[in-house]
Amino acid sequence: MFNDSLKQLSKRLADREISSVELTTEFLKRIKQLNPQYNAFITVDDEKALAQARIADQKIATDKAIPLTGIPVAQKDIFCAKGWLTTCGSKMLSNFVSPYDACVIERFNQAGAVNIGKTNMDEFAMGSSNETSFYGPVRNPWDVAAVPGGSSGGSACAVAARMAPVATGTDTGGSIRQPAALCGISGIKPTYGTVSRYGMIAFASSLDQGGPMAKSAEDLALMLNVMTGFDARDSTSLQRETEDYMRNLEKPLSGLRIGLPKEYFAEGMSSDVEKAVEQALGEYRKLGAETLEVSLANSSLSIPVYYVLAPAEASSNLSRFDGVRYGHRAKAYENLGDMYRKSRAEGFGAEVKRRILIGTYVLSHGYYDAYYIKAQKLRRLIAEDFKRAFTHCDVIMGPTAPTVAFDIGEKSSDPIQMYLSDIYTSGASLAGLPGMSIPIGFGEKNRPVGLHIVGNYFAEARMLNVAHQYQLVTDWHQQAPDL
Amino acid sequence: MQWEIVIGLEVHTQLSTQSKIFSGASIAYGAMPNTQACAVDLALPGVLPVLNRGAVEHAIKLGLAVGAKINSPSIFARKNYFYPDLPKGYQISQYELPIVEGGNICIQVGETEKYIRLTRAHLEEDAGKSLHEDFHGMSGIDLNRAGTPLLEIVSEPDMRSSAEAVAYAKTLHALVRWIGICDGNMQEGSFRCDANVSVRPRGVEKFGTRCEIKNLNSFRFLEKAIDFEVDRQIDILEDGGTIRQETRLYDANKDETRTMRSKEDANDYRYFPDPDLLPVEISPAWIDQLKSVLPELPQARRARYISEYDLSAYDASVLTSSREIADYFEAVAKQLPAQAKLCANWIMGEISARLNKEDMDITACPVPPEKLAALLARIHDGTVSGKAAKTVFECMWSGELDQDVDAIIETKGLKQISDNSAIEKLVDEVLAANEQQVADYRNGKEKAFNALVGQVMKATKGQANPTQVNAILKKKLS
Repeated sequence: MFNDSLKQLSKRLADREISSVELTTEFLKRIKQLNPQYNAFITVDDEKALAQARIADQKIATDKAIPLTGIPVAQKDIFCAKGWLTTCGSKMLSNFVSPYDACVIERFNQAGAVNIGKTNMDEFAMGSSNETSFYGPVRNPWDVAAVPGGSSGGSACAVAARMAPVATGTDTGGSIRQPAALCGISGIKPTYGTVSRYGMIAFASSLDQGGPMAKSAEDLALMLNVMTGFDARDSTSLQRETEDYMRNLEKPLSGLRIGLPKEYFAEGMSSDVEKAVEQALGEYRKLGAETLEVSLANSSLSIPVYYVLAPAEASSNLSRFDGVRYGHRAKAYENLGDMYRKSRAEGFGAEVKRRILIGTYVLSHGYYDAYYIKAQKLRRLIAEDFKRAFTHCDVIMGPTAPTVAFDIGEKSSDPIQMYLSDIYTSGASLAGLPGMSIPIGFGEKNRPVGLHIVGNYFAEARMLNVAHQYQLVTDWHQQAPDL
Repeated sequence: MQWEIVIGLEVHTQLSTQSKIFSGASIAYGAMPNTQACAVDLALPGVLPVLNRGAVEHAIKLGLAVGAKINSPSIFARKNYFYPDLPKGYQISQYELPIVEGGNICIQVGETEKYIRLTRAHLEEDAGKSLHEDFHGMSGIDLNRAGTPLLEIVSEPDMRSSAEAVAYAKTLHALVRWIGICDGNMQEGSFRCDANVSVRPRGVEKFGTRCEIKNLNSFRFLEKAIDFEVDRQIDILEDGGTIRQETRLYDANKDETRTMRSKEDANDYRYFPDPDLLPVEISPAWIDQLKSVLPELPQARRARYISEYDLSAYDASVLTSSREIADYFEAVAKQLPAQAKLCANWIMGEISARLNKEDMDITACPVPPEKLAALLARIHDGTVSGKAAKTVFECMWSGELDQDVDAIIETKGLKQISDNSAIEKLVDEVLAANEQQVADYRNGKEKAFNALVGQVMKATKGQANPTQVNAILKKKLS
């Protein structure tokens, strides 16, 4: 049952083979058993989860169930959920119980899903290893010595370790895709503006995008059907007709043009990752796809551009955490300035402080044009590269991350090395394009490898189709660590 | 040395929308602290701003009224600084591409007209309020005001005296009320001025170092603060000193300005475009639609009063100082188009004096325009004298007699005697009874004539038509 797809779980619920309360109880038990070691969850609340499960069972009993009714969903602790501790992985919000629901949480509630718990994450989503969390690192279910990736490391771990059937994540420069790759699961970051950011604690507003993490592309499609849609409370939310992300899953791939950016296959990719990617591409050719070389000439600039723009926005977004209205406030202080300094010095971790400093610097008088404006111009060039590439191909493929999961502690003292984990994912983020990662095998130390698929704007259904067809002929996505 | 004063004003007008500029909370004044602050105003984690379309429309209307350029796209930017009453740690304002750019406002000082150029007008949100009393050494924060829509209207340094600055502020104040974008309530802070003041030797082109005086919330304070500041700066310069660029506060109790912060202490606000808000696109159709609902503007109406009613520039200015006064005048003048000057005199004289005395607005005037017009018609046709008309007016104002004008004249016996033969008879009687004065007049004492007029008026209890009395007397004495 822990390996079941959403469709299978829904069928069990519909057939009354199991109730949502029973299903929820089973997952809660598994969390109790595994979480002390893996640390995927910050908050688990049996009572709240079971209350939602009981409501779901009533809906099922009266035939009012829709897909996801009664299904446990792990929620990244970046989404505000009414009555739930919502920490964003930070000491700053270690006492913050949200008085309201994020749009994403509302939509799962309306669907009758069960919030099985709030997952661990890098502090304020700043990190690629889940080591910056105030609540301690998350461990990779495939190897406890390895990181799960980040920032949605808790969600990736929860799904990979089968502590939850599905989870939500958020992605600013790769925070859904990279941990999905490192934990051997599937994850998609939709086109910017597809999932409402209302109630999703902001890191870098122009890049942040929520998305699902699951075992398969099919589950991702079901999740997207719930999570997406226009929300008037988010001015960057796009007004589009609702889509059924399941609609293209079964289409054959013959004629699919896969673009392979020559810059990605040049250097920096480790050989085990390269081998797995080559194998996956071979599988796609067998499915009738053709591969061709494309160029993303400015791709080497995405990390520098990202690390100007994201910290700039973050430095401003995190100003609200001042200890005045909610969140951590220093116990003793001499005056207002002292209160700010101490509260923020105590409440934020090192990586968050580093990014606030970088962001404040690049926005400062005299540096703004050289950094922020320049980075915005380059951001446009990076987007234009993708636009040009998509005139030749339908999807772009490559590795999600340059290496398999690294060890806990291996890169935590070297921010630049850590930042390079997002080298393949940050480009799509800067361009606002949808990107996803699916498992395609194992590399060094038997740690998972992910394939990165980038589509054109609003091509999610096509990308899910591309992933699903691969998953029909391979079983990497069904492999689970033996826990 | 001769000094020239240079003044530019920044005026914060609170826009009269229903809700805040980026949230649905009410902006009504005077509620209990923090009862009009929603999740967005409190800057809870995860909340996002959504622009109030009404605020944008108000800004466009101002732009149209001053002949400015409406920028499209227009961009919102974050102004970053820490303060307890600024919940997000940044204020959403505009920096590059403000919604309104350029334009000008015509002011009148005495009989002189002058155009003051506007630099820009941009939308922004107000901050909350820090409350320093009643918290035993701590401070309280009231976020009701946080997020209230403001339009900051910035002028060029085109004013050369405190009188011009006050005229500009008053004209702008009248304009924003006229077009219905701001209630203009200065006590409640709906219209607040900051003045940038500098002086330079007359004839020198380069501006002197300026000081900004913050938060002047009455025209009187604006004038006094500028006057004080000008004197202060001239004193320093004449003593061989230099002016330090700084922000100053006006203390009304002491009638002085004092340092608030110097330029060196100024924040680096790190403006950048707010990624939570899309650039605002303003279509020509949207602008046209707003143009079509904009009322006739004071400047146009003023010109029309001069051409259509033959009023002086001064009269036309006074009568267009608010839309309510202008509407009142127009309602009266429509009935007596040929006597517009008489209408103007009465509104600027009698009505205005009474309103001032009772501290009333013209919208609450107990004498409606139709009744005033009827009364003025009776003055014009000679039925009542100007003096008697004032008695009728008092009756109408106090509501002593709830009758139409003619009935009041009748009841009060105020009808003017305009019958020539009746007046002639009275004149004869007066001349017979005052031989001495008749003789004095004939001997060249002009004053004696007035005394005789007085006698006739007295005999008729003031009801005789004075023009006729004059004419008949002259005829009889010549």
